[in-house]
Amino acid sequence: MKSGFRLSFWLFLAPVLLWLFLLIVLPHIDLLLLSFRGENDMGDLVWTIDNYKNFFIEPIYWYTFVRTALYAIVTTLCTFVLALPVSFYIVKLARPRTRGFLTVLLLLPFWVSELVRVYGWMILLRESGVLNYFLLKTGLVQQPVEMLYNDVTMIMGLVYTSMLFMVVPLISAMESLDDSLIEAASDLEASRFTILRTIIIPHCKPGITSGAIVVFMLALGNYLTPNLMGGKNSLWFTEQIYNQFIASFNWNQGAAFGFLLLVLSSCIIWVGLKLSRHRLGEVAA
Amino acid sequence: MKKITLLTAACCFFMATAVQAETLKILTWKGYAPQVLIEKFEKDTGIKVEATYSNNEEMIAKLRATRGAGFDLAQPSQDRISSVQEKYKIYQPVDYGKIDAKLFIPSMLDAVKANTKVGGNSYAVPFCWGTSGLIVNSDKAAEADDWNALLDPQYKGRISYRLKRPTLIAMGYALGYDPFALYSDAKGYKEMLDKVAEEMIRTKPLVKNYWANGDALLESMRSGEVFVAMAWDNGGWKLHDENKAIDFKAPEKGALGWIDTFAIPAKAKNVDAAYKWINFMMAPENAAYFTSQEKVPTASLGANAHVSAEVRANFDRSFPKETIDNIKWYPPVPAKLEIMEGKILDKIKAAK
Amino acid sequence: MANDLSVGNLIRSFGDFTAVDNVSFDVPQGSFFSILGPSGCGKTTLLRMIAGFDEPSSGTITIRDQDMRGVPPNKRPVNLVFQHLALFPMMNVADNIAFGLKRRGMKSTEIVRRIEAILERVDLPGYGKKQIRQLSGGQKQRVAIARCLVMEPSVLLLDEPLGALDLKLREQMKVELKKLQAKVGTTFIYITHDQSEALVMSDHIAVMNEGRFEQVGSPRELYSEPQTPFVARFVGDNNVWSGEVVESGERLTVRTGEELLFTTRSHKSYAKGSRVDLFLRPEALRIEPTDTNDLNTFEVDVKTILFDGANSRLLTVMPGGHELLVSLPQNRQFDHIRPGDRILLGWHPDAGLCFKV
Repeated sequence: MKSGFRLSFWLFLAPVLLWLFLLIVLPHIDLLLLSFRGENDMGDLVWTIDNYKNFFIEPIYWYTFVRTALYAIVTTLCTFVLALPVSFYIVKLARPRTRGFLTVLLLLPFWVSELVRVYGWMILLRESGVLNYFLLKTGLVQQPVEMLYNDVTMIMGLVYTSMLFMVVPLISAMESLDDSLIEAASDLEASRFTILRTIIIPHCKPGITSGAIVVFMLALGNYLTPNLMGGKNSLWFTEQIYNQFIASFNWNQGAAFGFLLLVLSSCIIWVGLKLSRHRLGEVAA
Repeated sequence: MKKITLLTAACCFFMATAVQAETLKILTWKGYAPQVLIEKFEKDTGIKVEATYSNNEEMIAKLRATRGAGFDLAQPSQDRISSVQEKYKIYQPVDYGKIDAKLFIPSMLDAVKANTKVGGNSYAVPFCWGTSGLIVNSDKAAEADDWNALLDPQYKGRISYRLKRPTLIAMGYALGYDPFALYSDAKGYKEMLDKVAEEMIRTKPLVKNYWANGDALLESMRSGEVFVAMAWDNGGWKLHDENKAIDFKAPEKGALGWIDTFAIPAKAKNVDAAYKWINFMMAPENAAYFTSQEKVPTASLGANAHVSAEVRANFDRSFPKETIDNIKWYPPVPAKLEIMEGKILDKIKAAK
Repeated sequence: MANDLSVGNLIRSFGDFTAVDNVSFDVPQGSFFSILGPSGCGKTTLLRMIAGFDEPSSGTITIRDQDMRGVPPNKRPVNLVFQHLALFPMMNVADNIAFGLKRRGMKSTEIVRRIEAILERVDLPGYGKKQIRQLSGGQKQRVAIARCLVMEPSVLLLDEPLGALDLKLREQMKVELKKLQAKVGTTFIYITHDQSEALVMSDHIAVMNEGRFEQVGSPRELYSEPQTPFVARFVGDNNVWSGEVVESGERLTVRTGEELLFTTRSHKSYAKGSRVDLFLRPEALRIEPTDTNDLNTFEVDVKTILFDGANSRLLTVMPGGHELLVSLPQNRQFDHIRPGDRILLGWHPDAGLCFKV
């Protein structure tokens, strides 16, 4: 009986392991090897750590990474601040029927591709766009205002794209929050803000952490939104990887950047978890 | 018993997929394989055509990743073939015996042969050509007639260009260098790039955005958000059809001329079909259809007679004899330059 | 004596449904006041309006002479012990109790002192560092009450806090709550659907039904002098006959469905021929009375003996099939009775009470 169980266990596990190995582990090993290769002055391929050294020596590279990481953190914070009241409204205040409707409404933008979503914003915000048209019509501005191609717009775009990934874990965390806890806090003379700080946020902490990790990784790994909405100054780290692979034909450098992104973003998340005193296992559960 | 049935069914399925109509997989630019021509070709030959749209850099990256497999035909620009071929060996030599030479303008065929020569073999035949220059809205920027317009403070916030290597070269010309002459002098080229970067960073506030998508640029020109842009000639002609004030202008220092080619990937499965397609596309009436549609002239001899009058008018307006003679054709790019250019482009983009 | 809470003509309606229908009452300072009623009678709505979680449609709520209209829950001098206690699971016992004090901006040394004092008072000294999940049901109960009492509210509201406990603990907590209330002297308003909780602990009880107060009085008054048939049925056990008045006067004579004639009393006099319900407590029935003068008597068959120690009863059945509960006296005098025996029952006319249907 026991050996039968073991056999079927391995039988079912094998495809998963195979899939993991073939599609995830192998290509990464290949990329890792690639990242340690480079040309010497003679144009021959040799083993080297220059690709990694370049990242720290060349200011543009690490500057771009720091910038990308900071903006990803800002995006995560903004998304959280926006998603909290939205999820609270959906879970605690809206009627059951409105609730489903609102959730669908949140989901709706994800039925089209990210490209379409970003172009939608561009149509709205561009100098000759819909918003400017109304501003001019109502006489609020005399000259059309360019609202695209700056960092604020880019962050707004990123927040919009990642909203859902924060709202969903928050909703499921909040659903388990007993209304009477909120009422009890209110009864004990707590203001709304105190209730938020001492009851709701601590209760939703696992949801917040998992939402924050997803949003942070999505923002960090995003390519389209910073590229299209951010405009002139917004060199994103993923764009740099793309440029290395595609424009400069420098796969070795691109692979090194890819691994640096993986390692550095994991470090940031690790620090974040330490700061919020969480373990990754708790979040996943 | 049941197993055998299943097995037979599976075999039949695989056989069916195998004998299913021949296919030709083309890796090309958007618009280079018009639907009408694809249908005509399929009807003539029974070969199914699958086109994948891309650009120079991605074409090379895709073929490099598979070491030249997955496609039967690619259409890179002629200047991006020799160095890539030397390094990654992603193409196979063209068998010029299978090409109908009568269909080509002889001078272009010879030039492409010479430019794509690696170790005694040539790797491409010409398909079409065009130039990069300025698209100018003459109502708002009548004086813009050279690359310097892209650095001119009077068009603040109304300038747009791509952040790609052609722009670096155009800026080199604007600053008085001869970039193509510097191709062989890496040090001199680096100096030029540094100067170009400095200038482009300094004038960054003048630029509205770095465009990435051709249609999006045309929309910005159309709506009057952009007055001067660096772009391809056919885009300017498309806009000219709608608004006479907007037109393509070859810069005084010379438009940058490119030739897009046919090249056959190293591990192409259906080489015969690829040659059939090349000869098909170069037939005068087919090439003329393509030119009328996309406003891009081809290397097809005698296609001109079949091209629509408006398209010819565009061409005559923008390219009088001396302008054509002044076109700066891209020579093959030496391998080292591209890494250098990549760094410079990153630096420009990251600058405040 | 001053009233801690006055409620006047309070109405709360949700659309067509009136949950609280014109309720008025006063709660004197330091008393234990219970609101007793079946589920859905509107008692929780009433309590939530006093706590401030719900707004009345009309009427007034006054706490210590202050009108509470428009005052949010966090500004009211009342505290509520929730049905499921609502202790904050993310905090330990001390932090739970400190929660309200911190909101008042009290100094931390003072907070620590008060936490220790209140934990002492609810018999949980040294429990401050414990996590909520480490506590037993009864301990959680006491922490929830401590958390409210430490705020020194004018009125402490309790929303069926014993509902989740098992029977034994519930019996024990009843007594403890009563003792605690006597010790701290805070006014308690206690909501329950369990009449025994209300009877044991309260100074005054309001019996609520369908949004209205049926009767307000001491436990003894409610038990012995119910003013309405609902109270008679709901408070304590009662045997009921339905019948018809055949003779009116200072005493009524009622003919029951089994054609028995009973003499009994009523709060009002009813005309001959009125349909009435006759209520009689199980302990008012005497088994095999020696002196049957002035008593209503009749014979029944014993169906089963419901043994419950001091609270043992007989389930008997009348010839027509009507079932009656009869209390067994504690002197073992009737140990000989067996199921199936026919016995004589008698009761004094003053023990019964009639209400018109």
